[in-house]
Amino acid sequence: MTDPAWIDAALSSARPQAVGALLRYFRDLDLAEEAFQEACLRALKNWPKNGPPRDPAAWLIFVGRNSGIDAVRKKSREQALPDEDQLSDLDDAETRVVEGIDNADYRDDVLRLMFICCHPDLPDTQQIALALRIVSGLSVRQIARAFLVSESAMEQRITRAKARVAKGSVSFETPDAIARSERLAVVMAMVYLVFNEGYSASGDEASARGPLADEAIRLGRLLLRMFPSEPEIMGLVALLLLQHSRSPARFDADGSVVLLEDQDRARWNRKMIAEGLALIDKAVRHRVPGPYQIQAAIAAMHARAKHADETDWAAIELLYQTLEIHIPSPVITLNRAVAVSKLKGSEAALELILPLADKLDSYFHFHGVRGALLMQLERPDEAREAFNRAIALANSPAEAAHIRLHLDRLAKDNAVKPRAVSGTG
Amino acid sequence: MLYAILCYNKEDFVGSWTKEEDDACMERLMRVNDKLARNGQLGPVARLLPTTAATTLRKGGSDPLVIDGPFAETKEQLLGFYLIDFPDLDAAIETARELAEANPGPGCYEIRPVGYFTEGALQLEEAGQKSDA
Repeated sequence: MTDPAWIDAALSSARPQAVGALLRYFRDLDLAEEAFQEACLRALKNWPKNGPPRDPAAWLIFVGRNSGIDAVRKKSREQALPDEDQLSDLDDAETRVVEGIDNADYRDDVLRLMFICCHPDLPDTQQIALALRIVSGLSVRQIARAFLVSESAMEQRITRAKARVAKGSVSFETPDAIARSERLAVVMAMVYLVFNEGYSASGDEASARGPLADEAIRLGRLLLRMFPSEPEIMGLVALLLLQHSRSPARFDADGSVVLLEDQDRARWNRKMIAEGLALIDKAVRHRVPGPYQIQAAIAAMHARAKHADETDWAAIELLYQTLEIHIPSPVITLNRAVAVSKLKGSEAALELILPLADKLDSYFHFHGVRGALLMQLERPDEAREAFNRAIALANSPAEAAHIRLHLDRLAKDNAVKPRAVSGTG
Repeated sequence: MLYAILCYNKEDFVGSWTKEEDDACMERLMRVNDKLARNGQLGPVARLLPTTAATTLRKGGSDPLVIDGPFAETKEQLLGFYLIDFPDLDAAIETARELAEANPGPGCYEIRPVGYFTEGALQLEEAGQKSDA
């Protein structure tokens, strides 16, 4: 039990509950964090000697609350006399804290803690950084590394984000059902942002950012444990797991993107797929579809196909149609076009996406898909133009490299073709 | 005598291990498993996926209740388990219903996907325990 790795894991798994409860007591993020830090220091001294407490979160909340009150008292003593009455109820606090540990009491604390990081004034990147710092407890250094900025720049960014959050008004009352579901929706979006930050990284970035995808799954499971009957959270966690299951096969040795249909499915993570499929099956039984569930259901269709040519494209096309109803977006239509091309051919797919040109003209994938369809229709000049547009808009070297493969193939076909033509003629 | 060893822990604690920590722990466990397998003692071993992926079928009444999440009562005790291959959750729930019909009354069946599985190396005929167990 003296293994420090054991203590680290216990501290980090107790963190959201403990900081969330301390935030409710102190109504001040910095004070709550300091109190938690102090409690962790004491845990590091105490736990190796006395063994792990039965409930690490309750232990940390109790110790953190005391040390936070001491800190407040010290500060106020410098100004005025301490108010002993206010603090006299501490004797029974531990029993009450320990007895109070159950889902219902803590889920609103954790949800509030996560919700605070999603302040609408904060840009996405700051929301992610704040959530990783406050909820997950990653060090500023780890977060700076993931975002490829200096430690001091990240420190500044987080301080600024915290200042903005402190000015905002977050209710500390127990939220009603409507407020709770609004908070949930915002928090789910944040978890998905954290995931994408990790999942979309490639090459050198992948090693630094990859853990963010795992962290997002952990946050998603945490949410689901608190709200075990919310089908959209089941859908969100299923979506993250099913997407992440493909990570080992998404890039080749040179770091280029490998398309879903070309991926070596033996390298997909079967454990994540099993968990994701169980979750989406659970969610579907509720018959309350939502965007995360539908996206997870699409990912599940791919996960269930043993080979790319066993993919049920008709079901996928139908799911994309449903998704378009939930979130009308040209990007979703673009995705549906890929399913349409498998079902009805490239011509039909191209017809579907050409009207999107105005809205998606500066979107990498639009030109990538357009180029691929034109290539299949043997319209090489237009395909080349589309691929060149795509390269100019690529978000990562891996994306650009993938498009370059297509251009190389076009060039090769071009060189071969005259001979083929003369041969048959 | 056949024994089952049931593994309990806080899953948010185990879930916060890094992949390296998790791998290292599995490797240490495998060393114990391998020794038992060489002796022909080891039966099936499974590591279950998180309880968030679990569904519970509560028996009693004509139509058993399907609940999201794991078995959460402390008044009932674990009395046995099945390991069955199903194409999806609906098929698993269907079988749990059949079991509930065959064994009506109070109780639950928790349905949980399995992450790691090995069938082990146990030869029951030699041990002569099949009928006893």
